Amino acid sequence: MLIDVVEAPAPPRRRLTWSSPAVRIGMLGAVVVALAATYLFTDIPGSFTFALRVRSLTIAAMAVVAVAVGVSTVVFHTITGNRILTPSIMGFDAFYMLISTVIVFVAGGVTFLRTDPLTLWVVQVLVMVAFSTLLFTWLFGGKRRSLHLMLLVGIVLGTFFRSLTEWMQRMLDPLDFQILTDTAFASLTRPDPTLLAATAVIVAGGCAAIVPLVRTLDVLSLGESAAVGLGVNHRRVVMALFIIVSVMVAASTALVGPILFFGLIVANLAYSYAGTFRHRWALPAAALLGAVFLLAGQLILEQVFSFGASLSIVIEFAGGLFFLVLVLRKGAR
Amino acid sequence: MIALDHVTKRYGNTAALDDVSLTLGDVGVTALLGPNGAGKSTLFSVVGRLVQADAGTVTIDGRDVAETPSSDLARTLAVLRQDNHIAARLTVHDLVEFGRFPHSKGRLTVEDRDHIERALDYLDLEPLRDRFLDELSGGQRQRAFVAMILAQDTRYVLLDEPLNNLDLRHMTEIMRLIRQLADEWGKTVIVVLHDINFAARYADRIVALRDGRVVADADVSGFMRPDVLADIYDSPVEVHQIDGKPVALYYE
Repeated sequence: MLIDVVEAPAPPRRRLTWSSPAVRIGMLGAVVVALAATYLFTDIPGSFTFALRVRSLTIAAMAVVAVAVGVSTVVFHTITGNRILTPSIMGFDAFYMLISTVIVFVAGGVTFLRTDPLTLWVVQVLVMVAFSTLLFTWLFGGKRRSLHLMLLVGIVLGTFFRSLTEWMQRMLDPLDFQILTDTAFASLTRPDPTLLAATAVIVAGGCAAIVPLVRTLDVLSLGESAAVGLGVNHRRVVMALFIIVSVMVAASTALVGPILFFGLIVANLAYSYAGTFRHRWALPAAALLGAVFLLAGQLILEQVFSFGASLSIVIEFAGGLFFLVLVLRKGAR
Repeated sequence: MIALDHVTKRYGNTAALDDVSLTLGDVGVTALLGPNGAGKSTLFSVVGRLVQADAGTVTIDGRDVAETPSSDLARTLAVLRQDNHIAARLTVHDLVEFGRFPHSKGRLTVEDRDHIERALDYLDLEPLRDRFLDELSGGQRQRAFVAMILAQDTRYVLLDEPLNNLDLRHMTEIMRLIRQLADEWGKTVIVVLHDINFAARYADRIVALRDGRVVADADVSGFMRPDVLADIYDSPVEVHQIDGKPVALYYE
């Protein structure tokens, strides 16, 4: 029995049904295209070409942010072995606000507005990446290797940064405060084309670096000891992935503001939508779902609320409800 | 051969392994026994390159574990650990497929599929292949993990307390399987056990650890003696011959 070579069945030919991840991802792609077209062509006041140009820039920003947030959240879940986290635990959003506040506090709101956006962007990206990498290497990559300690320190530092930010904001004069408040909400409309291009390059580079690692990511989802047993150099791979994630997140946060809020919803929806643990499908599903949320959120914001709310409120409310329904339905099964 | 040469590993001030020199893998099944906290799991972690020893070297077939690429070692040595919690939702087939990762890096060849099918077949997992791991009983789960190790197709197999949480029937089933891995598949199995009698019945050689040191290392007849056992566990143990096989009684 052992010497017999069991005839391995040919890999089952996957029929194109709803249960196949490829079909599901394709459908999602179609939804994204439809939403993008709706966003581009509804209610065009005045010049057609001008509106198209401005709106395509917004769509490009949404695409870049959706990919950055979706991909980085899924990868972060896998390397930490925990699906209720987002990379914001490393203090990206809190740090972003702190940096802006410090600049306004020290140099004044007018200087802040006059600062070359590219310089500001570069500084913010560098500081955020440096900080998160430090936290990660110290508490997770080093000798301690403790996820819980890292999370705890991340939360404590995040709270500290937020309090510091708040304290400084209280002492600002009202005009400066107004300027600062505008940066506190993610805004995807009218992005700076240079920054958008720079962020797009970084996010594309990050994705290109992740592509050869998709199968290794699958193995990492088995947990550290199993991954090591299967020959993955756990420390090196996790470190590399973490740096990729933090660069992508820092770049997109510096572009549009605090944006990580919807990563959690998008990633968890992606797992259940793709129906497989394989990153080959979960990663594109998360990126596409991210795009759906941003586009739909922006449309609702413009059409229903006529800009009377913020994108994060719309997405968190709708996404949160959707997510709850999903969780409850799963629990009932 | 798996050779530990003066290996020491400390956690804080306590030495989990205290200057251990030991050669494993000369016989089919070696059982590793010892009280809780004796250093058995740490020994597996050091050999399985999950933790680095503070001092000493571990070599597998002459290659230093600390310097050989992890992916090479994964084709020689497979480790099944005690705690196999997996966050992702996998089917039995998915799990067994992972056993081929060291060989094909995730791109399955015909040969890989053959290994997977054989492992599933051998462990009677064919009917369960599309079931999710969280839908299986403890015994079925353990079989699925053993199938993954089998698909990994390594010379050495390390199993850390594979009988944990299993009932009587599944315990004997797994032990018989371990025996078959050695006898029929030609593998060298090193297994951590708690039950002396299972070790005596199925192992060829028994190594006992205590306080991070090797305190006994013998074949079954040399190990199953009241004085040796009482020394290891610090409590009296009787040994009776039942049907010509030594059985330890430690319930007094």
